[in-house]
Amino acid sequence: MSSTSKLFSALAFLLVTLVAVPWLITVTRRLDLYYTLTSVALLAIASGGVWLTFYIGRINIGQAAFALMGGYVSAILVVTYGVPFWLTLPLAGLFCAVASILIGLPILRLRGVYFAMVTLVLTEVARLLALALPVTNGAKGLVNIPLPGSTTLFGVTLIPDFATLANPRLTFYLISVVLMVICYAGLYRLVHSRVGRLCLSLQQNEELASSIGVNVAYLRVVIYAVSSLLGGLGGAMFVAISQSIYPSSFTITDSINFMLNCFLGGLGYVFGPILGTFLLYFGWDLLFQTGRLQLLIFSSVLIALMLILPNGLLSLRLFRRSKG
Amino acid sequence: MAQVIANGVYLGAQYALIALGLTLIFALMNVLNFAHGQMYVLGGFITYTAYGQLGLPFIVALLASGVTLGVIGALIEKLLFRTVIRRSVREESTMLLAAAVAYFLDAVILLLFGEKQRGVPKIVNGVFVSDALIMPYDRLLIGALAVLFIGAFMLFMQFSKPGRAMRALAQDRVAAQLMGVRVDRYSMIGFALGAMLAGVVGGLLVAITGVNSGIGGPISIKAFLMVMIGGAGVVGGAIAGGFILGMIESVGLSVLHAYGDITYLVIFAALMVFLSIRPNGLMGKPWG
Repeated sequence: MSSTSKLFSALAFLLVTLVAVPWLITVTRRLDLYYTLTSVALLAIASGGVWLTFYIGRINIGQAAFALMGGYVSAILVVTYGVPFWLTLPLAGLFCAVASILIGLPILRLRGVYFAMVTLVLTEVARLLALALPVTNGAKGLVNIPLPGSTTLFGVTLIPDFATLANPRLTFYLISVVLMVICYAGLYRLVHSRVGRLCLSLQQNEELASSIGVNVAYLRVVIYAVSSLLGGLGGAMFVAISQSIYPSSFTITDSINFMLNCFLGGLGYVFGPILGTFLLYFGWDLLFQTGRLQLLIFSSVLIALMLILPNGLLSLRLFRRSKG
Repeated sequence: MAQVIANGVYLGAQYALIALGLTLIFALMNVLNFAHGQMYVLGGFITYTAYGQLGLPFIVALLASGVTLGVIGALIEKLLFRTVIRRSVREESTMLLAAAVAYFLDAVILLLFGEKQRGVPKIVNGVFVSDALIMPYDRLLIGALAVLFIGAFMLFMQFSKPGRAMRALAQDRVAAQLMGVRVDRYSMIGFALGAMLAGVVGGLLVAITGVNSGIGGPISIKAFLMVMIGGAGVVGGAIAGGFILGMIESVGLSVLHAYGDITYLVIFAALMVFLSIRPNGLMGKPWG
């Protein structure tokens, strides 16, 4: 794709999500969809982090740990210390990044299935820690977190005070989508930079990469930190919307779902996780009407998709191109 | 203390049997079987139905669990995993499939057996009492059966023809194929055997702790823990991991009892430290 067509499709995406979708929702009066779509955007951010670890050849089933961590950091700062939410958002992301560097230094030495299992355990550790630590208020969790206040830059109100808004859901939706677009633009840039090439070399063969002078240990910690930062951002934003957080807000199921989102969209495509998250979350929601059969149909469709398109949904496009 | 150790050994025998199935599937196909816990639950429910509901002898019920799960395992390998492994660019894709299978089995179990906790009547009554030890006879019997199955499995892997073929496959897939091992067939047998082990343990444990549809996930995670402790893909490692986890759990629950529910937190933390020192577990191969 040339840079103009890239710019054009980015603009089209923004136009659809920021203008057309709210318009459609207002017309059809399905205001509940705002919450669903906001969730999709935020979960897609966290899934983007998982995708990035896949990009360096690691299976990350620990993203829920960082989402939970980010959520708690933001919630505790807001509730206990009265820090404005928009300041806690980057702080939560940074906290997760630093924590992931400390955790990542030892565990990134693990490969393949060992790394996958250790990150799975990490999710469980985060949940148990949230239950055990005094600051997190145990199983009762933190509730009644105030809505984010306004934020101004050079006298211009960037984000209005949520408590005064007539339709906070719309604002949450818009902000989440913008956040998602920023995160994925960053991801896209990262993947298509020199560092991205180096990541690809890690994915293929770490020994070979290090033998030609790639600083493997450094690079994988940095990538893991970026990945966790995305997880923390997604988690913190999620807490602001649901105004509560519990140790069970993000569990192993979420970790596995983040991973499934990436698989479903396709591991070879930066924007795969967005599509994957959208379809998984919406598919699950749509199947709600089938009641007891929900899980059965959902898993059968997943298995079928896996059999037909084992390389993700976006591989369809590649398929068509190679034919034509 | 003797009581704690006896409990640990008893738990360890069960755990080792679960871990054996998981590690076998991993060694043969490089698949992390997320659905292992669900297979265990399904095995438990089949024994519950056959022994508790239909009144068949316990051994027959156990056999039914094993055979059913073996068939299911073989079908899952033949119809699903083989296709995906062949078509997929990245072998991690099998993890999505395994997770989807886990969801699928969860759904099937929920639809067929409901969400209630189910138990069966005791298989043998009475309690063994000595100075330091109190152990119900049924636990002793189940523990002994588990050890027996582990022994049988090891003998099978060591001396039978399929066992040798599977060990060759685990060592080097291509080399085994060149030596004339029918790779597809033994992958299927291996997967079926792993699933069968899960089903048998489920059947064994339903006699003690009962079973409910929600425990599949946590059991899978425990199985992962054991495999990590011992080293993935190694039979001895799985057995060691199972006994170690059983022992730690038993000791931890009695020692850390005073500090509240932190046994698992301590186990997890210790495991992460252990793995950063020894990334391949106790006896794992230096790849993963």
